[in-house]
Amino acid sequence: MKTPVKLRVNGQAHEIFVEPRKTLADALRDDCGLTGTHLGCEHGVCGACTVLLDGDPVRACLMFAIQCQDMEIRTVEGLADGEELHPMQRAFWEKHGLQCGFCTPGFLMLAVGALERKPDMDEEELKEMLSSNLCRCTGYQNILAAVRAAQAEMQ
Amino acid sequence: MWVGRRLRRVEDPSLLRGEGRFVADVARGCGAIRFVRSPFARGRILSIEAPEEATVITADDLAEIPPVKPMLHRDDFIPVEQPILAKEQVTYAGQPIAAVIAPTFEEAEDLAEMVFVDIEPLDPVVDLDHALDETAPLVHPHVPANTVIDASLTTPGFDAAFHGAAYHVEIDVRSRRENATPLEARGSHAAFDPRENRVTLTASTQGPHMLRTALADLLGIPESELRVIAPDVGGAFGQKYSLAMEDVVTVWAARRFRRDVAWIEDRRENFASFHSRDQRYIVTGAFDESGKLRAMRADVRCNVGAYSCYPVTCGVEPLMAMAELPGPYDFRNYAVRSRAVASNACPIAPYRGVSRPVITLTLERLMDKAAARMGIDPVEIRRRNLVREFPYTSVTGLVYDQGSYVESLDRSVQLVDLERFRADQRAAWEQGRYIGIGFSTFSERTGYGTSAFAARKMDITLGYETIDLAMDPSGSVEVRVGASPHGQGLRTSLSQLVADELGIDPKDVRIVHGDTDRTPYGWGTFASRSMVVSGGATKLGATELRRRLADIASETLEAAVDDLQFHEGKVLVRGTDVGVPIRDLARLAYHRSDKLPPGEEPGLRVKATYDPAGTFSNACHVALVEVDLETGAVAVQRFVVVEDAGVLVNPMIADGQVHGGVAQGIASALYEELVYDSDGNLLTTSLMDYLPPTIAEVPLIEIDHLVSESDATITGAKGLGEGGTIGAPAAILNAITNALSPLGIEVNETPATPERIQKLIRQAQGAL
Repeated sequence: MKTPVKLRVNGQAHEIFVEPRKTLADALRDDCGLTGTHLGCEHGVCGACTVLLDGDPVRACLMFAIQCQDMEIRTVEGLADGEELHPMQRAFWEKHGLQCGFCTPGFLMLAVGALERKPDMDEEELKEMLSSNLCRCTGYQNILAAVRAAQAEMQ
Repeated sequence: MWVGRRLRRVEDPSLLRGEGRFVADVARGCGAIRFVRSPFARGRILSIEAPEEATVITADDLAEIPPVKPMLHRDDFIPVEQPILAKEQVTYAGQPIAAVIAPTFEEAEDLAEMVFVDIEPLDPVVDLDHALDETAPLVHPHVPANTVIDASLTTPGFDAAFHGAAYHVEIDVRSRRENATPLEARGSHAAFDPRENRVTLTASTQGPHMLRTALADLLGIPESELRVIAPDVGGAFGQKYSLAMEDVVTVWAARRFRRDVAWIEDRRENFASFHSRDQRYIVTGAFDESGKLRAMRADVRCNVGAYSCYPVTCGVEPLMAMAELPGPYDFRNYAVRSRAVASNACPIAPYRGVSRPVITLTLERLMDKAAARMGIDPVEIRRRNLVREFPYTSVTGLVYDQGSYVESLDRSVQLVDLERFRADQRAAWEQGRYIGIGFSTFSERTGYGTSAFAARKMDITLGYETIDLAMDPSGSVEVRVGASPHGQGLRTSLSQLVADELGIDPKDVRIVHGDTDRTPYGWGTFASRSMVVSGGATKLGATELRRRLADIASETLEAAVDDLQFHEGKVLVRGTDVGVPIRDLARLAYHRSDKLPPGEEPGLRVKATYDPAGTFSNACHVALVEVDLETGAVAVQRFVVVEDAGVLVNPMIADGQVHGGVAQGIASALYEELVYDSDGNLLTTSLMDYLPPTIAEVPLIEIDHLVSESDATITGAKGLGEGGTIGAPAAILNAITNALSPLGIEVNETPATPERIQKLIRQAQGAL
């Protein structure tokens, strides 16, 4: 039974009509047309689908779209300001923090969300935070380097 | 010079903005395919019942499609046929039996749940040792002893050399099953175009041309009725080179129902897509008094699962092991038997490194064990046995080009400060802490072409790469390549090669790949080959274009070709400021062909093919670990890589390949294992059971590069995509064994999980 749901994504309203069982990730991809949020496991481990929900990083595969009614959702598509990349995106580019790029949107949203909440995380805290997502290509070295570089710029 | 620069990747901006285009992004809103899979490892299909409203495809619907029959033309090989959908019987858990097509993925999943397949289960054989047991059931009735390949080789004079040696050191190494686990699982989208009677298949693949050939052959259609696009591919590591039966059904369904359909694999399905490793090597090294390896006897067994992967076959692991087991060590007497053993487990396909992580693990454990037995330092025994003179022809006839085997070992000893570590280690042992160091020296055969693949005797001889290169009238260059990168940044590094050759900016070079309509036939990206082979073809093409431009410029500038210099977008007469912009030459080539030198064709298009024999990279990995005696847990504290892949076109990308490779090697060594129960049910079907490392498990990887000048590759670049994965397990298991040496423990099985280590510790303590 489809239900109307109002999502606010990257500052824009999306009035969609979805089954209650539809996950936030599927709704973002299928109904809002925002395919930057990727699905790597659909059981909440890999974190490729991480988005910000009222500022908190969450797994979009573990939320139902109807749970997010009227909440503020931010996805990777909302990071850049027009042509201008977000400092986190720029740092990933400069430090080679991505290879295939599939996990990248999740890492970007995780790191941006965490650093907006706590800008002065130390190295251990950064690693602890980044250990919530999986990357299969980079061995994480350059992801950490990128997040550190962006942290300096975001402060 | 652009080669050698850490240039940011041209691939990145779209991926960073969430504007990548992966197959699931293309598949929105089309018909959805969901597969019904076997819940049993072995059994007879009695009936298939589906809800009336469902569109269900079974083997009966695909009667006109022949089974897949990957071939090796060798007497010691028994081919096995795989039906696209299981027919009459199931042979492994997860095997596709039927496909349901519905308007949405949700509905397809619901309907697939309602398809009832009645199967009479039969006793399966899952484990490698069990499959070789005389009493084991036969996976395929025509394959005696479940042995699909039984290859062997003995060099003349082996017996005398082997038996005459002073020391015999035996090692029994076991690697458990693994899954490549790309973050994006597999998937494909088939769009049917009724006007052209043609399907465009967008597939998460490493080899679009190979896939087009396979599908056209099976469906009995000309390749012109199929276009294959590899969009952004979310990691592959080998798993996406082999043919997915699901792709065949997807294209068949698009043609049959004349509509767009897609199959998007989920994580659970991906765990039974293709596996790898699952090997056992029993090796005896015969050493002389001085620690020199004189002869080696090896028994290699690979559990290749239920079927053979297309196109490279289930022979890829045992045959690579047979040919490459001698590794970087110089010896002349070798006897090997290498078997591919069928079982009711998921089929095996190449995964980063293929057999070489296990080859290296075996050899390097052997070297450490021999060193301990003879009272020689592990570094010293390697120095005495490593190849030193090049070109070196191995006991199996492989030719190693210039390398730095001893130098990389010596350099890594320096970097880790071995003497100091040994002192720290003695102190730690006294305090009851168990730290250890492990070395792994190895060669990595990369960038090999037709001659190497021909030796494999497959139906299809892979090897060469071709490029089409054109400069358009505006002076920008487009290179269309048959390679199909999926995260390696090849568009960036190839543009660096072209830029140097033509004296232009890499920004003015566009690399096109992953589309059979736009690129020349090629073999795709795998086996650490693209920088060497596709890079070589690109360099040849760019050199030819430069020659054409020089001819035109020579006429325009009234100067000899030899006096011309390509620099910053211009062709200059050396030693003067006289010159002409390259884009003016380009425009002239197209728009003023009346001004071209006699005999010069209008336009600027060239084609080039490169087909090298192959080149060997080499490296030394060193792991420093600490083992917790209580829990058996291993922490990798330091990891050092001294790597020689010749010229690094983009060192930033090269380092990234090493980082990622080592992370996967650490995963093999310590964490990742697919577990079957005795009934053949896969127990590890989520990322909570199967454990790719997070940032918490991967230490900082310290990399140092050496550069051997090799004439085996025209760019000077050797491949390095797999090296990290090849070397790391050996370094780590040697380090664990070294840490636990006061207890006399040897660790010869991957992954070295806390459970396994703890068991060894308990056994040792019980024995004390």
